[in-house]
Amino acid sequence: MDDIHSVGLVERQYFTFAMDEPMRLDSGETLGPITLAYETCGQLNADHSNAILIVHALSGDAHAAGLNSAGKLGWWDDCIGPGKAFDADKYLVICSNIVGGCQGSTGPSTINPETGEPYGLRFPVITIADVVRAQRHLLDHLGIERLLAVAGGSMGGMQVLQWTVSYPERVTAALPLATTARHSPMLIALDEVGRQAIYADPNWNHGDYYDGPRPNTGLALARMIGHITYLSEESMHQKFGRRLQDREHFGYDFETDFAIESYLRHKGSRFTERFDANTYLYVTKAMDYFDLSNGHSNLAKAFEQSAGVMYLVVSFTSDWLYPTYHSKDLVSALTAVGADVTYCNLQSTWGHDAFLLEVDTMTRLISDFLDRVATQHGISLPEAQMPRAAPTPDLVPVESDSQQS
Amino acid sequence: MNDTNDSMLRADLRAIAELICPGEKVLDLGCGDGTLLRHLSDTRQITGRGIEISEPAVLACVSKGLSVRQGNLEEGLRDYPEGAFDTVILSQTIPYLNHPDFIIREMLRVGRRAIVSFANWGHWRCRLSLLLTGRAPMAPGLPQVWYASPRARPLTVRDFADFCAQHGVRITTEVYLNGDSPSVIRRAKNLLATIAVFELG
Repeated sequence: MDDIHSVGLVERQYFTFAMDEPMRLDSGETLGPITLAYETCGQLNADHSNAILIVHALSGDAHAAGLNSAGKLGWWDDCIGPGKAFDADKYLVICSNIVGGCQGSTGPSTINPETGEPYGLRFPVITIADVVRAQRHLLDHLGIERLLAVAGGSMGGMQVLQWTVSYPERVTAALPLATTARHSPMLIALDEVGRQAIYADPNWNHGDYYDGPRPNTGLALARMIGHITYLSEESMHQKFGRRLQDREHFGYDFETDFAIESYLRHKGSRFTERFDANTYLYVTKAMDYFDLSNGHSNLAKAFEQSAGVMYLVVSFTSDWLYPTYHSKDLVSALTAVGADVTYCNLQSTWGHDAFLLEVDTMTRLISDFLDRVATQHGISLPEAQMPRAAPTPDLVPVESDSQQS
Repeated sequence: MNDTNDSMLRADLRAIAELICPGEKVLDLGCGDGTLLRHLSDTRQITGRGIEISEPAVLACVSKGLSVRQGNLEEGLRDYPEGAFDTVILSQTIPYLNHPDFIIREMLRVGRRAIVSFANWGHWRCRLSLLLTGRAPMAPGLPQVWYASPRARPLTVRDFADFCAQHGVRITTEVYLNGDSPSVIRRAKNLLATIAVFELG
């Protein structure tokens, strides 16, 4: 690991709000108190104008960059750090776990203060707009009136777009990557199959499983389905082909024969170690409800107040989960309202995961775009920084498993 | 006179640049690596947008600090409202188009005026080459064999003028150039010009 490009050790922090007055949600219900887990790297400049909010995808968390206390690399460490796409020498980078999440923020696995029991399915259904509303409270707390940029891929991209619709006056630039302004029926279908896998697990018990065995079989199956959708047929050929796993010949049994089977099983079971099945239900539901054109005659209407935001929209040629037409529709709508849109449809064989894997191209594209945004808006660099703490030597970096999509 | 330092540009781009006023909103179709848009932004403080099909060219534009969208021109133009730009530029891009007539109409819809430049197959070398060798001429400055994509779309200065007359497109300025020579051709234009620049409005 190259130390000069790492943000080093990053500490998780917590912010709690909506204690006296709960936050109103799109569903009409309320939620409070709400805690958000978040991490930051880099420094604020004098006028607090250099903050970038990174928003995570379905299974992500606040640990986007650097090493945490367990020695784990952040899920987007390839792109966040000194000299990287989101340059921690120039910008303050913030990432928080979404409300409804299970990695430090208030969600269905949190103890409901009124009952002393975990919420389970009594947790209110949340939307992408609710997620963004909670993030806005965090920014108020951090003293950031206006973000230089908000960036994310997949479900993160939905939050990016929601930010520019809900709070256009608080966003200078937006980077929605490999995403959509409107969840398609195919995406809803795939999410429903994942949810059904969880419902079908006898351990799920309608969401009340926190004092017993967990619905890991269902959650792992949901994750396996997800992983198929994050790859492409070509990347499966490249990565696995028809290779056998730990055997020379077919076993003619129902153990693992193929490398792709082994990969999916491994990803599925690893996921259950860090993720909560109820959160999976809530978050996929939030994505399924996401449709910025809802209530408008066309998508452009949704962005009428967002024309002042600078956009960098990126799609990937082999992404069949969020095919290029999603991004093109978005670009058309943004163009129609007169927003400053840069759009790239990058050649990649990696499928939906390309937004995490095409690091070289993304680094170039994002850093060049942010340079322009910062120049046009006269964003100053933070004060001369204190020398960064090097990663603690006894922490051995471990491969991040936060496959994000 | 050249306080905008256009002299560093290729002759045809220079001829286009000289038609652009400070502060204009400009759309460059097939903007390539963004050389012209960057120059216009630096020298005339224009608000520029580009449409470009090639990924490396789009990345080059972004690294120049330009706002550009990847895609084909038909799709891109459709999204812009009427009169969104002062000027829409189509520089040496006609041979790459499937429907030049549609594109030119669209340019005049989204722009107050259009500027089109193209290689002139009416140049005397092209004419002589066909007459003497019996082989289809290549456009000056565009050494494109007939079987390679993009297919050559041979047109001459007179062809373009005819097109404009037939389609009711008003030509407001014509500039005729010979290669990279800074001097402008004023006589026997269809014979002597290798590149023509038309302003339409």
